[in-house]
Amino acid sequence: MEVFEKVKSLISEQLDVDEEQLDMDTTFEDIDADSLDVVELVMALEEEFNLEISDEEVEKIKTVGDIVSYIENQIS
Amino acid sequence: MTLQGKVAIVTGGSRGIGKEIVLTLAQAGAAVVINYNRETAAAAEVLKKIEEIGGRGLLVQADVTVYAECEKMVKAALDHFGRIDILVNNAGVRRDNLLALMREEDWDLVIDTNLKGMFNCCKAILKPLLKQKSGGRIINISSIAGLTGNSGQANYAAAKGGVIAFTKSLAKELGKRAITVNAIAPGFIETEMTETLPDAVKERVLSHISLERYGKPEEIAEVVLFLAQGAAYITGAVISVDGGLAL
Repeated sequence: MEVFEKVKSLISEQLDVDEEQLDMDTTFEDIDADSLDVVELVMALEEEFNLEISDEEVEKIKTVGDIVSYIENQIS
Repeated sequence: MTLQGKVAIVTGGSRGIGKEIVLTLAQAGAAVVINYNRETAAAAEVLKKIEEIGGRGLLVQADVTVYAECEKMVKAALDHFGRIDILVNNAGVRRDNLLALMREEDWDLVIDTNLKGMFNCCKAILKPLLKQKSGGRIINISSIAGLTGNSGQANYAAAKGGVIAFTKSLAKELGKRAITVNAIAPGFIETEMTETLPDAVKERVLSHISLERYGKPEEIAEVVLFLAQGAAYITGAVISVDGGLAL
C-alpha cells in the first residue's frame, strides 16, 4: 500500500483535500479537481516516482485507483 | 528594470519585430532566449547588443515547426536561466500569392511556422510554467490580416486568425493559474518582411492608415513590454497596433 499512501499524500497536498476523503474509488470529480488539476498532479507524481506518464495515459485517469495501479505497474 | 529576475523566450528573435522585442525585454532587465532558425549571424548580433547594455541572453537555434526542437529550446532555457516567465511567439513567414496561384507548399509552410509553431512552443513551455506556480505571460504576435483578411494572403491571414482563436482558448484554459495569454495584431510595420512588397501595395496601404505613416518595430515591442511586465488583468485580448489601418 506504499504507493497508495504516497499518492494520497501528494493529492492532498496538491489539491488541498483531506487524506481521509481519499480511497481507491475516489474520482477527481468527487474532489472537484478539473483536468488542469489532474495534469498538475501528474507532473508532481512524475517527479515523486521518477517516471513519465504519457498524455494518452493521463486522459484515462479517472480515479485515485487508476493512478495507483498505473504507478505500481510501472515500478514493478 | 521591471523585468529583473524574469526569463523570456522570443521566437524569431534575430530580425525585424522579434529583434526589437528581444532588445526591449533585455533592456527592462529580463534574461532573454533569442530563438532563430537560419539567421545565425543576425542572431549573434542581437546577443552582442544585449551584452553591450549589460543584459543576459542565450542563442538557441530551433525550427519552431518541429515540436522536438521547441522542447529542446525550453530545456536549454531552463538549464541556462533556471526558469521561464514569458513566451513571445513571434516567429513568422510570409508567402503571398492569390489563392489561384498559391502553391500547396506555401500554404503548409505559413501554417506550420505561424500557427503550429505557436502551438509547439506553448505546449513545450506549459508544464514548466505550471510547475513554477508563479503565473506567466504568453504573448502571440498575430497580424491585422488575421482580423480583416487580406487579398493575396489567404495562408498568412488564416494562420494569424488561428493565432487569435488559439490565444482566446488558451487564455480560458490558463486563467485560473494566473497565466495570461494575449495577442498583438500589428499593422504595416517597417521590417525586412514588408520591405520587399511592391511600392504600389505600400502606397495603397499607407493611404488607409489614419496616422499616415508605417509603424516601427519598437512600437510593437513596447506593447509586448506592457503585457510582459504587468497587465495582470488583461487576458485573451487582441491588441491592434496598426495606426488605425483596420478602421
